[in-house]
Amino acid sequence: MKKYSFYLVTLLGSVLFLSGCGDQNGNASSNGALASNNAEKVYVAPGEHDEFYAFMSGGYSGNVTVYGLPSGRMFKEIPVFSQFPTNGYGYSEETKPMLETSFGFIPNDDSHHPDISQTNGELDGRWLFINGNNTPRIARIDLKTFETAEIIEVPNSAGNHSSSYITENSEYVVAGTRFSVPIPQRDMPIKDYKGNFKGALSFISVAPETGHMDIKFQLIMPGFNYDLSHPGRGKSHGWFFFTTYNTEEANSLLEVNASQNDKDFIAAVNWKKIEEYVENGGGTMVPANYTHNLYSDETHSATSTMKKEVLTVDPTKVPGAVFFMPTPKSPHGVDVNPTGDYIIGNGKLSADLTVFSFDKMIAAIDGKKYDGEAYGLPILKFEDVLAGQVKSGGLGPLHTEFDGKGNAYTTFFISSEVVKWKVGTWEVIDRKPTFYSVGHCMIPGGNSAKPFGKYLISLNKITKDRYLPTGPELEHSAQLYDITGDKMELIYDFPTHGEPHYAAAIPASILAPKSQKIYKLAENEHPFATKSVSDARVVRDGNVVHVYMAMIRSHFTPDNIEGIKVGDKVYFHITNHEQDFDVPHGFMMIGATNSGLLIMPGQTKTTVWEPKQEGVWPFYCTDFCSALHQEMQGYVRVSPASSNIDLSWSLGE
Amino acid sequence: MKKASILMIIGSLCLLGLFKFPLWNIMLGAPQYPDPLGMNIHITGIQGVSEFDLQNIDGLNHYIGMKTIPKADEMWEFKAFPIVIISMSVLGVLLGLLGFVGKVDYRYFLGWFILMSILGVMGMYDFNVWLTDYGSNLDPHAIIKVTNEDGTPMTYKPPLFGYKKLLNFNVSSMPALGAWAMFLGMSLTVVAFLVGWKSKRSPSS
Ligand SMILES: [Cu+2]
Repeated sequence: MKKYSFYLVTLLGSVLFLSGCGDQNGNASSNGALASNNAEKVYVAPGEHDEFYAFMSGGYSGNVTVYGLPSGRMFKEIPVFSQFPTNGYGYSEETKPMLETSFGFIPNDDSHHPDISQTNGELDGRWLFINGNNTPRIARIDLKTFETAEIIEVPNSAGNHSSSYITENSEYVVAGTRFSVPIPQRDMPIKDYKGNFKGALSFISVAPETGHMDIKFQLIMPGFNYDLSHPGRGKSHGWFFFTTYNTEEANSLLEVNASQNDKDFIAAVNWKKIEEYVENGGGTMVPANYTHNLYSDETHSATSTMKKEVLTVDPTKVPGAVFFMPTPKSPHGVDVNPTGDYIIGNGKLSADLTVFSFDKMIAAIDGKKYDGEAYGLPILKFEDVLAGQVKSGGLGPLHTEFDGKGNAYTTFFISSEVVKWKVGTWEVIDRKPTFYSVGHCMIPGGNSAKPFGKYLISLNKITKDRYLPTGPELEHSAQLYDITGDKMELIYDFPTHGEPHYAAAIPASILAPKSQKIYKLAENEHPFATKSVSDARVVRDGNVVHVYMAMIRSHFTPDNIEGIKVGDKVYFHITNHEQDFDVPHGFMMIGATNSGLLIMPGQTKTTVWEPKQEGVWPFYCTDFCSALHQEMQGYVRVSPASSNIDLSWSLGE
Repeated sequence: MKKASILMIIGSLCLLGLFKFPLWNIMLGAPQYPDPLGMNIHITGIQGVSEFDLQNIDGLNHYIGMKTIPKADEMWEFKAFPIVIISMSVLGVLLGLLGFVGKVDYRYFLGWFILMSILGVMGMYDFNVWLTDYGSNLDPHAIIKVTNEDGTPMTYKPPLFGYKKLLNFNVSSMPALGAWAMFLGMSLTVVAFLVGWKSKRSPSS
């Protein structure tokens, strides 16, 4: 007992010491009492629930992870663009079509910017959208099931980076290309980039009832790099803003050659005007090749459809639709404050933030006060549209979020800090270090008209010394700040999986009540479902064998199968008959070269097994489902290819 | 006596609540069932409190060898009980009407109550017999066999009334809304009797 209290004293002592010297601003606000108060702020007692769901992009893992705030506990990893052997996503016959593209089956991607659907500018929690950066795709995740429901490929694009941001009534999710490319793609010298490559900004409509996505039009822009984007809201609803870099249109050693211009552009796109143009028959339908993959909760299966054309719009044909606002210096983030009045450009090679006024922009456009043009598109005069500059004193501003109380928070990659400043006066109120090299930050609802300004998360790139080392590879680090007071307080940090570029969060009270608990077996329309155990059977069609199998605690029906031959292709179509929350069953077959399955109550999933060796081979349930989980197993007898043993199957006597 | 007759009629009609609301409710909670599973016993059959509760209770019960929860057509009670309830309700209303026009006196109301009470006790007895059979007539091949300290097989009979711990489950068994309506109705018939009795003793009212 004595020993423990000694440790405790030592521990408390070091907490006091660390928090004292860890305050790099020299503020006296942080002391031991506050540090312990901070522990309480993030402590979610056993059995208690978090206040927010946070959806973190998984970067090169191609997925989305779901965290609770403030606890930082990870609840789920949602596979989106990558195969996921945990549950068979991208391996099962039902989900393979989700990863089809015009390039073929692509089991990986780089997922960057999640955004939650909105109604009237407020989070409605129906869907989460996220972009695949490498092979341009946009995915829609259903927030009832937390499963990927739809993926649409984006043609004429490369590096789908300025995505996936959503307009205030979820009219459009935007997919802007980072890399400009020849449109249409063709064999040509790379050095002829300038003037020949183009950048496509795709406006993907979202059907209000179903969420189904469709590319309404692609704006074919000059060959810059389009980095990030943001929709207008409130008075600026109807506009979309995109940052550009490499307005030099360099094609080699971009770190130097794309950093020559003092100012790049923020492209302001009046999408309502273009929508009107398109609806009146404007635009050019061009041949294209891209997939549209849709998952059904009824058939528990995805279908992949190839689309053959896309509507393109030449912005010079729609006067008054696209303008450039010169922005220093290679801006990364472009963010619109909750009221829609200001557009903040974060020049990542600059120390200052550039804030544009929407009203001034409209006035300049109305007054036709241009400062020349680029490829026929008018450039507005910097001074005419400037609302103010935040003289931050930081270095490398990347991205700004808002708390809904008139404050903005900007991350600085190079100086590793978050800077809080006041919208309107542009004065810096507070700054706190991050550990280290922060990319985006996120405030729940920060991307909407109604932020929930309680927490801010910084999504840091460099982790060293924050956690126990795990060899050369470290997970990235997120840090949680309490932003309810005048001064931000760093209250917690936790590792994040993959490379979380950006995140979106929503109050749990919006999502939790409508979270789906099971799939109803009665509504299962999978063509190979076994909805009644009396339908369990094995059917041969040449050397293809279909096993219609049911599973419930704690057995498979059937559990013994004979008459399978070497060289057969055996499809196990397995239906989980449970109708109880949180009772999945797993399936793994020895020697299967595909993947295991994790099958939810009421769901059917299929995996393929091609037996190569004679013998009697077991399969079993991989999810500890009941006291008799270990007994949940069965055998398949595999005979020589030449044998004439009839198919048979059984369960019990 | 008119007042008493009206009370008698209302009281008898209260029985009909049993056609809408359950008679009895049994809830089974366990650590892994923070939202308890439950069954509502109606006079016309047994229903799950939530959509899949019966299926899930059966799924759990098969480990200890209990029979599946009977369907409405598998028990004579679910045919007999509605007839009894309708009959008693009609009889009560009839007595009330006859009382209203002065053809019968308040003692019949008490008679109805006593008859209803006898039927009720018989019903409870029958229910208890069923619970005992359900909880102790177990499949000899049951996966899990738990014995009491004296070596006899454990029974899983839910309590007729109140709480009981059955292995990992906390089981509660309580009258439900339909039963409360019936109790209220029966109480009203006693009040009807008392009111009738009083009006007899003080003829002014
Ligand atoms: Cu299992």
